[in-house]
Amino acid sequence: MNDSMDFLLWTRGTAFDVAIAIFIIGLIIRLFEIVSLGRERTLAEPKGSEFLPGVKTILTRTLPDGGTFKRQPLTVIAGYVFHVGLLITLLLFIPHIELFRETFGFGWPGLPNPIVDAAAVLGVVGLLAALWNRLTNPVMKMLSGGEDYLVWVLTFLPLLTGYLAYHRMINPYPLAMGLHLLSIELLLILFPFTKLMHTFTLFLARWYNGAMSGRRGVQS
Amino acid sequence: MVDKKIKTLGDALRRNGVSRRGFLKFCTATASMMALPPAMVPALAASLDKARRPSVIWLSFQECTGCTESLTRSHSPTLENLIFDHISLDYHHTLQAASGHAAEAAREEAMRANEGNYLVVVDGAIPLGNPGYSTIAGFSNLQILEETAAGAAAVIAVGSCAAFGGLPKADPNPTGAVSVRDIVTDKPVVNVSGCPPIPVVITGVLAHFLTFGTLPELDEYGRPKAFFGTSIHDRCYRRPFYDKGLFANTFDDEGARKGWCLYKLGCKGPMTYNACATVKWNEGTSWPVESGHGCLGCSQPDFWDAGGFYNALSIPVGDISRTTSYAAAAGLGVAAVAAGINHKTKVAARKRHDRVTIDDLEKIS
Repeated sequence: MNDSMDFLLWTRGTAFDVAIAIFIIGLIIRLFEIVSLGRERTLAEPKGSEFLPGVKTILTRTLPDGGTFKRQPLTVIAGYVFHVGLLITLLLFIPHIELFRETFGFGWPGLPNPIVDAAAVLGVVGLLAALWNRLTNPVMKMLSGGEDYLVWVLTFLPLLTGYLAYHRMINPYPLAMGLHLLSIELLLILFPFTKLMHTFTLFLARWYNGAMSGRRGVQS
Repeated sequence: MVDKKIKTLGDALRRNGVSRRGFLKFCTATASMMALPPAMVPALAASLDKARRPSVIWLSFQECTGCTESLTRSHSPTLENLIFDHISLDYHHTLQAASGHAAEAAREEAMRANEGNYLVVVDGAIPLGNPGYSTIAGFSNLQILEETAAGAAAVIAVGSCAAFGGLPKADPNPTGAVSVRDIVTDKPVVNVSGCPPIPVVITGVLAHFLTFGTLPELDEYGRPKAFFGTSIHDRCYRRPFYDKGLFANTFDDEGARKGWCLYKLGCKGPMTYNACATVKWNEGTSWPVESGHGCLGCSQPDFWDAGGFYNALSIPVGDISRTTSYAAAAGLGVAAVAAGINHKTKVAARKRHDRVTIDDLEKIS
C-alpha cells in the first residue's frame, strides 16, 4: 500500500548501507592493489628526478591540450562542461554537503540552489553532448565499448533524477527522491569495478607518467 | 451533547448563535479549502443547513488519544467544533458517559438503527500479532473493526496510527500493528493522517460527506487531495531561504533567529504532504516550522522509521559513519592480505634480479 514511502525508506536505509559498503571496500582494494602491486625493481640508473616532472604532468594533463582541441573540440568542451557541472552539483549542493558532514564529521559552505541548479543543467547538457559525440564521431564510436555506455548511464541517471526531484517533476516526492538515491546506489556499487575509478586514480596516473619520463630523462 | 430536538445542522448552528453570515463564511472557506468551485458554495450551504445528524461510531485501538484531544480541544468554540458536536457520536471511549455493557450496547444499537448509513471513525492501529494485545469488552480490535465496518457507509481513519500503523507499527512492530486499510477493503476508507491530524481536515471530510453524500477525492495514500495535495516544503513561508541557501545550523544561532530554512536541522517538509503550512494550528496561530522546529513528517507513512528527526533529509536512515568505517576496515583487511601476497611476489622478483657471482655458483654446486 505505502509503496513510494517504503521505497524511499529502503533506498535511504538498507540499500544505501549495502551500496556504500561495496563502494568503500571496492575502492580501497582497487587503490591498494594499484599502490602495492609487485612491480619489478628498475635496475637502470635514474637519468633525472621523478618529482618535478610528476607534478608538471598532473598540471599539463589537467589542462586542455591544443592538438586534441583542434581535432576534436567537442570532446574537450563537453568533457569540461560536464565535469564542472557535476562537481558543483555533487560537492556544493547543501543537502549533499549535509550527507558528507554526517559521513566524515565535517562539511563546507555550499552555493545557493539556483546556481547549483544551473550547474546541474550544464552537467546534463555536457553529458548529452558527450554521448552525441561518442555516437556520431567515427573515431569515438570505434573506440567506445559497452562499458563506456554503461558508465555514461550510471553518471547521467543521478543528475537527471536529482534534477527531476529538486523541481518536483515526479510525483509523489518520496518516489522522486527514492529514484535519485537508487541511481546513486547503482553508481556506487559499480564504481570500483568500472572506469569510473579514474575519479581517484587520475592524479596518481598522471604523476606516474611524468615521474617515469623524468626518471628516464625524457620530456614528459 | 446536542439537544435531541435539533433535527438539522442549520438548527444546531442557529441555536448556538451562529449567524447566517458566519455560516456562509464557513461554507466559502471550506469550499475553497477543498478546491471546490465558487458556484458550489450555495449548494454546500443548503446541504449543510439541511443535513441530518449522521451517526458516528468512534473506535479507539492502539492509540494515545492525542487525535481526540486535537479534534475536540484545539478550536473551541468554532464552527468546526460545532459541526463536530452536531454529529451523533454514539460511541467514543473518551467522550461517552456510558461504560461497560451499556457502552457496547450503544454501539450495537447505533449499528442496527443506521445500518448502511453510519460513519466509523477509527484512531489507533490494529494489532494482528496477538489478539490479546488490545481488547475492548473482551473483543479484539480486529473483531470490533470488522464487525462495525461491515454496516458502515464509510470509514475515516483519523491519525497516522489508524491511517498507516503509526507508532505501534514502528520498527520492530512488536504487536504486528496494521492500518485500517489493511483490514477494511470493501468500504471507502479516508485516511486523515497526522500525529495528530489537523482538526479542520476531519470537519472538511464530514462537510463533504454531509453535502454530497460521497467522500472527497483521495491521493495514493487515501488522503483527501484538497488537504494533502501539496507538500509542506512547497507551501512553506521559509522556502525562499532554502532556495537562497540560507539555513539555521543550530536552534539558537543567527539563522534560527532570522527565521531561515530548517532543512539542516532535520525538517522533513520536502517529503511531507499536509496542510499545516496553509491551515496552521490553534486557530491559525502558528505551525511547527513557524515556531522554529522542522517538520517531523508525521502525516507520512512510517515517519517514525524515516531516520533521526534532527538529521537532514539527505542523510541516510542508518548510521552512515559506522557503515563507512566498517567497510573501510574490511577493505583494508582484504587489502593487507593482498599486500602480503604481493610482497611475496616482490621478494621473488628481487631474488631473480640478484646478481650471481662465481662464488655463489660454486656454493650451489
